[in-house]
Amino acid sequence: MTTGKDKKWILKADAAADSSTSAAAASTAAASAAGTSSAGASAGVPSSNVKSTVSGSGAVTVHHDDANEPNEKIVLRVTDLRIETNAGNEILHGVNFALSRGEILGLVGESGSGKTTAGLACMGHFREGLKFASGSVSLWPRGDDTAVEVVELDEVAVRFLRGSRIAYIPQDPALSLNPAMRVGEQVREVLDIHKFGTSDAERAARVSEVLEDVGLPGDKAYQKRWPHQLSGGQQQRIGIAMAFAMYPDVLILDEPTTGLDVSTQAVVLDTIRQMTVANNVAGLYITHDLAVIKDISDRVAVMLRGDLVEEGPVKAVLENPQHDYTKMLMAAVPDLAGRKTIGDGVAPSETEEPVNAGITHILQSGDSDSGAASASGAGETGGRAAATGERNAGTTSAAVPLLQVTDVALAYGKAQILDGINMTLEPGDCTLLLGESGSGKTTLSRCVAGLNDDYSGAVKLRGQELARSTRKRTNEQRVGIQYVFQSPFSSLNPRRSIGQSLTVPLEMSGEGTAASRKAKVEEALDAVRLGRSFFHRRPGDLSGGERQRAAIARALVNEPSVLVCDEITSALDVSVQASIIALLRTLRAEHHLAMLFVTHNIALARHIADNLAVLNKGKIVDYGPTAEVLENPKHEYTRSLIADVPKF
Amino acid sequence: MFAKVIGRRLILSAFILLAVSLIVFGATLLLPGDAARAILGQQATPERIAALNEQLGLNQPAWQRYFSWLGGLFVGDFGTSTASGGPVSELLSQRVWASFILMAAAAVISVPVGIGLGVYSALHRGGRRDQALTGISLVLAAMPEFVIGIALIAIFATSVFQILPAVTLAPPGDPVWMRPEQLILPTLTLVLVVTPYIVRMMRATMIEVLDSGFVEMARLKGVPETRVIFRHAVPHALGPVAQVVAIQLAWLAGGVVVVEFLFRYPGLGQALIDAVTYRDVQVVQAISMLVAAVYVVVNLAADIVGILTNPKLRSAA
Repeated sequence: MTTGKDKKWILKADAAADSSTSAAAASTAAASAAGTSSAGASAGVPSSNVKSTVSGSGAVTVHHDDANEPNEKIVLRVTDLRIETNAGNEILHGVNFALSRGEILGLVGESGSGKTTAGLACMGHFREGLKFASGSVSLWPRGDDTAVEVVELDEVAVRFLRGSRIAYIPQDPALSLNPAMRVGEQVREVLDIHKFGTSDAERAARVSEVLEDVGLPGDKAYQKRWPHQLSGGQQQRIGIAMAFAMYPDVLILDEPTTGLDVSTQAVVLDTIRQMTVANNVAGLYITHDLAVIKDISDRVAVMLRGDLVEEGPVKAVLENPQHDYTKMLMAAVPDLAGRKTIGDGVAPSETEEPVNAGITHILQSGDSDSGAASASGAGETGGRAAATGERNAGTTSAAVPLLQVTDVALAYGKAQILDGINMTLEPGDCTLLLGESGSGKTTLSRCVAGLNDDYSGAVKLRGQELARSTRKRTNEQRVGIQYVFQSPFSSLNPRRSIGQSLTVPLEMSGEGTAASRKAKVEEALDAVRLGRSFFHRRPGDLSGGERQRAAIARALVNEPSVLVCDEITSALDVSVQASIIALLRTLRAEHHLAMLFVTHNIALARHIADNLAVLNKGKIVDYGPTAEVLENPKHEYTRSLIADVPKF
Repeated sequence: MFAKVIGRRLILSAFILLAVSLIVFGATLLLPGDAARAILGQQATPERIAALNEQLGLNQPAWQRYFSWLGGLFVGDFGTSTASGGPVSELLSQRVWASFILMAAAAVISVPVGIGLGVYSALHRGGRRDQALTGISLVLAAMPEFVIGIALIAIFATSVFQILPAVTLAPPGDPVWMRPEQLILPTLTLVLVVTPYIVRMMRATMIEVLDSGFVEMARLKGVPETRVIFRHAVPHALGPVAQVVAIQLAWLAGGVVVVEFLFRYPGLGQALIDAVTYRDVQVVQAISMLVAAVYVVVNLAADIVGILTNPKLRSAA
């Protein structure tokens, strides 16, 4: 029925799960069967030790090696973990992974894949509305040979483990630190609760020590600060100090760098890496960012809709992905070098979208190994060439640039937000405006759109100077520059259908009849590959990617010449980001749009923009064609940005 | 920083009271009728009215009267009651105490009970106990105070049980606290009026705080549940609730009128009603100023609570 080796492994895993129900027996049989078939299927794969198991739901997990088999390095082992909602819908369908001392396992997946749920289950914590169904989470605490079953403990016992044996580092430090407690006190609280040491002095000394370990000053004055008096990176390091205070065995890191700038992220990742090795802790690093995974973890597990689909050493999984989903994820990650083109796959969470793969395709670079992709890419290359020709014709006939920003400056009191900004945009061009939080990039884009009228200097559209406030601009000028906001979750009115929301700009510009407006809205919905069926749907029924497409369609209905995109992909998963980027590329070609693409993600540069402007503290420090800026950055700041990007 | 904020609020409060004094004085000027005629009756001769006007200073220009009245306020002199002829401060002093005791008793009971029930409700969110509490508080909040008062009288004083006095009977000059059983029903009425708002507000903010990241973080640090609630969650929920408590306390200062009338309680509310009936302008002005002062003070107190529970407001970034 199957090879002896495979079967033995599976039986062992089931024994570890300690579940002797008939369901488990059935899953063993299913696993054995699938194990055979996929062993046959992966016969041509170079890596000889790749094997597959099947979870209860029938999904296949690809294992790259045997590290998950019981061994003395394992500190925490999750076996066939199932979690369901209170209503009985299963969220996790039998997840297996193991954490080993001194190693970090990266858990990758998109929002809603259940990665945070799995991470919190390791601490015996289930969020409101979720409950434990079956499976086991075994922990081998330091200096103890017998395992503890985390999910079977009572409340007091599990509280004893949390913060002392298993520590948690949360996603958003600004929300996770108690704003009404001094930071030193919050670290100290962990020690007090878990009765660290024997004396007050010992605990106080430990607080200072662990703060210094994470690179913060450990003195009393610093401990007396409030969370809001620290920067985001410092806040996150307080979170790390809190987690390491009790010398834990296991660390659960839930996207700890998501809200941070690349340079801060680099420092925080460094601290985490160093502390994990120094304290010989087993880490679970939850993230959707594959670049970060490559940077920090030793092993990686990929999750898809509550199933673990692939697991193994980072190098093996990322360089030789077996599962289609892993391959798709890999393809979606933007790389700084721009060697690949993101967005040829469609996000799995959006599979129900009527996205035409033939249209959402991308420009494939020459070294593409996929014949089909090259063929579909060729079509667009043609389209782009035509667009370029058109653009050149346009430029020669009119010498004035489409959009010209001259000496734009803005200050709030003493704080100079923008300082003498100059830039131009030609039809069909895309300029990437790069900057960290607080650099003034959103302020600048709001000035261009007239949403912020406090600036000095001039914004010209087709050579015509625009009034500062969008209210004072003419209808035609307003229509000319359209804006897409960062969060698709708050930029669409939840009480209005997509069609109603999209009709508003047309009503405001006062053109056409109700019927012609509807036709235009439907056209725009088609253009963003949502389709007319979305006309009557409400934002609440849509995924993040679909909402952002609707928001883009709203900007398109009036046929603008300039589209300002303010961080429009930063709230989205990497594969959804890729499809949105692909969409924008297509729209540029089809509609001859000029785009100002604002982002903090330098890796996107080559995937979307012709020109790159680097904004630092309100000043443009580097500006020019994308390739030129990336290859020969003139300013120190640009160089450090490029250096801090996790290499992929 | 903290002292500066409080100082600014205090100065602002002084200006608010000044503005209120102008409005109160202006409003009493606009009242129809003539104080001297009201005192002397319809049969009074014009000479006697003129003499009384002279005596009361009513023939002086309005601004002059305003300033002498305002000056009096600063030294605690509220003027002379036209009805009784005695100083207003003397007339009101006992009344103020009686009302203050009623308000304080209601506040001391309703604030902790309201906060406690709100927290309890939030912790059992969606459960039967929460639904019961939410439903009862909604019904109580929807009922006017005199309905609650009459219902209580019917239940505890007349129709069902006869265990508590329905009205306050005390010889003039005897302080109200000499007969504590007479305080029970008026206090209970006010408590039932005020508490539901506090419960509902506390429940809402507490639910929000319980869902926040730092409460989850505290639980994941292994902090015991009671400490999570009282050290991490409740302080954050108190800030917004303090504003509601302030509005409720301020309402007590004015809203006590109806309840006092209902229970024949010898407080400020009764005094105000009597003063309006007898056109005792000085007393009306004095009581209005006192109520305004209570509003300003409790709102200031709420702001201070808000600042104390939010370090962002008391320390620079």
